[in-house]
Amino acid sequence: MSDTIEVDGKQFAVDEEGYLADLNDWVPGVAGVMAKQDNLELTDEHWDIINFLREYYEEYQIAPAVRVLTKAVGKKLGKEKGNSKYLYSLFPYGPAKQACRFAGLPKPTGCV
Amino acid sequence: MSEVVKKFMYLNRKAPYGTIYAWEALEVVLIGAAFDQDVCVMFVDDGVYQLTKGQDTKGIGMKNFSPTYRTLGDYEVKRIFVDRASLEARGLTQEDLVEIAWEDFETEEEIENIVEVVDAARVSELMNESDAIFSF
Repeated sequence: MSDTIEVDGKQFAVDEEGYLADLNDWVPGVAGVMAKQDNLELTDEHWDIINFLREYYEEYQIAPAVRVLTKAVGKKLGKEKGNSKYLYSLFPYGPAKQACRFAGLPKPTGCV
Repeated sequence: MSEVVKKFMYLNRKAPYGTIYAWEALEVVLIGAAFDQDVCVMFVDDGVYQLTKGQDTKGIGMKNFSPTYRTLGDYEVKRIFVDRASLEARGLTQEDLVEIAWEDFETEEEIENIVEVVDAARVSELMNESDAIFSF
């Protein structure tokens, strides 16, 4: 993986696992470019999770582990979405890891 | 498959900034929470400052991770204790500490604040009943 990604003609630094180096750099286009690299088309359902993760980070200063994300999504967006089957259907590489990467957050705490 | 559940205590004794101990301890607690052990977190001595409200780290150029303590409930860490004598020695009360909520998403049972201020006898008791104590 390259150490930068290009979004709208601008270069963004990423770490060796593809996470954005500085979360303050994030613009929505970052998620789009990262999704394309993973062969995903972002829908409103993806954006619900990405936006949720950014709000979670804003409030708690960490990216949640997957089971915490699942629980919290269930609470915020409804029980039918708070399960790993739904989240994996959106983010096949793992809802916490992949969605956090799209959201510009660091790798989730508790992902070992 | 039989699983042995051990009682772990994470003992926090140091101020939140100046050393890396407090942040490292919090990360270990959050990562360890995935393993479904019986976990409690204890704050004594300067460790009680880790839970104080209104921390502002701008002046020292470090990340303010105090909001992260409020996720402990989400991570199912439900037993959080603060030594009363350590608080009093620093002119602090429970009012000065953050509140950490816990909610069972199945039953919707909710506890507004799981932070419990305890006396020295209870601190010893909790230490004695722990299988392992990780001191930071």
